[in-house]
Amino acid sequence: MSEQKSENAHVESALLRLAERPVGDAGTQARFAAERFAATAAASGVADITYTAIESPFGALLAASTRRGLVRLAFPEERPEEVLGMLAARLSPRIVESPRALEPLQRELDRYFAGNVRRFRIRTDWSLIGPFARRVLKATAAIPFGGVLSYGEVAAEAGSPRGSRAAGNALGSNPIPIVIPCHRVLLSGGVLGGYGGGPERKRWLLELEGALDADSGRAKNRGRGSA
Amino acid sequence: MSRALPPFQAFLDEHREPVWRFLVSTIGPGEAEDCFQDTFMAALRAYPRLRADSNLRAWVLTIAHRKAMDCYRSRARNPVPVAEPAAVEDRSAAVPDPRDEALWEAVRGLPARQRSAVVLRYVGDLPHREIAVAIGCSEPAARRSLHEGLLKLRKAVPS
Repeated sequence: MSEQKSENAHVESALLRLAERPVGDAGTQARFAAERFAATAAASGVADITYTAIESPFGALLAASTRRGLVRLAFPEERPEEVLGMLAARLSPRIVESPRALEPLQRELDRYFAGNVRRFRIRTDWSLIGPFARRVLKATAAIPFGGVLSYGEVAAEAGSPRGSRAAGNALGSNPIPIVIPCHRVLLSGGVLGGYGGGPERKRWLLELEGALDADSGRAKNRGRGSA
Repeated sequence: MSRALPPFQAFLDEHREPVWRFLVSTIGPGEAEDCFQDTFMAALRAYPRLRADSNLRAWVLTIAHRKAMDCYRSRARNPVPVAEPAAVEDRSAAVPDPRDEALWEAVRGLPARQRSAVVLRYVGDLPHREIAVAIGCSEPAARRSLHEGLLKLRKAVPS
């Protein structure tokens, strides 16, 4: 018996050595196989959510899309594990990375950041947006390129009895910033106010859209904007 | 609150290599690619119904084992010799040890259940209980398959 044990130990050590040995660089081959898998899963629609990193002047944005459209756009400071973990918990864990599925978004955002898109055409999925926030963000989505509204005005548009503070909270929870243009909602008097992506980015976006007065730094077009 | 399932991509990233190694070791590099795709597609379909506290590695290797069995059976029905494609040539280990090659050949020559038990143990690093789950038998039966497999392999490894 002890004879047999030592004989097996000999085979075992050989097997362990083999298991450690690169199988034609198993790591690389497995990675390529996994990339092919993710592309198929996204294209065939078996995956419920696809995501990728989108290049932008702010750094890499994480974009996630369902079959219905863009469901989440996250700024570079947000941790991808947390963004994807939230999507897994709230929508579906069938999430794969697929740059190809989000190429149309990348192209449209490229053109937007170059100042060449006044109105986004990509589809959006509002599944993460609650009923009150939906009314506020609907009013927000109607503000044209170059225009701004105040929190109070957006709250009124949304038919909110709760006023501008509640509207501000709803805007702060916007899961698809930039595309749903919550940066176009300001404090009264044209003062910029806060922004989920930071006030500097709010200013940057409003400057891109030509909505700011160069001297005062405040919004020049109140109300319905220039378009 | 129970732990939530990780996004499938995280699961894929973590387990792609053990699954790849398992498939290359059991059915060979030529058919590993198709079985890998089938394995993760089946896993993706079933994924939301999985309990978050499951052993994900044992679960996906179970699926890989089944896909390897399917592949093995269809190969037995259509015994067309499969050439090893150039794409999977082992360039990292330029001079393979002939003893290693003999051992791998011997592993692939084992009966299906013994082969899976051996590969799950030494490539997948699974404990006996999870090997049993993966190949769908009792734990003593899994130990027996592993033991019988090792006995056969002794002949292939000169001491």
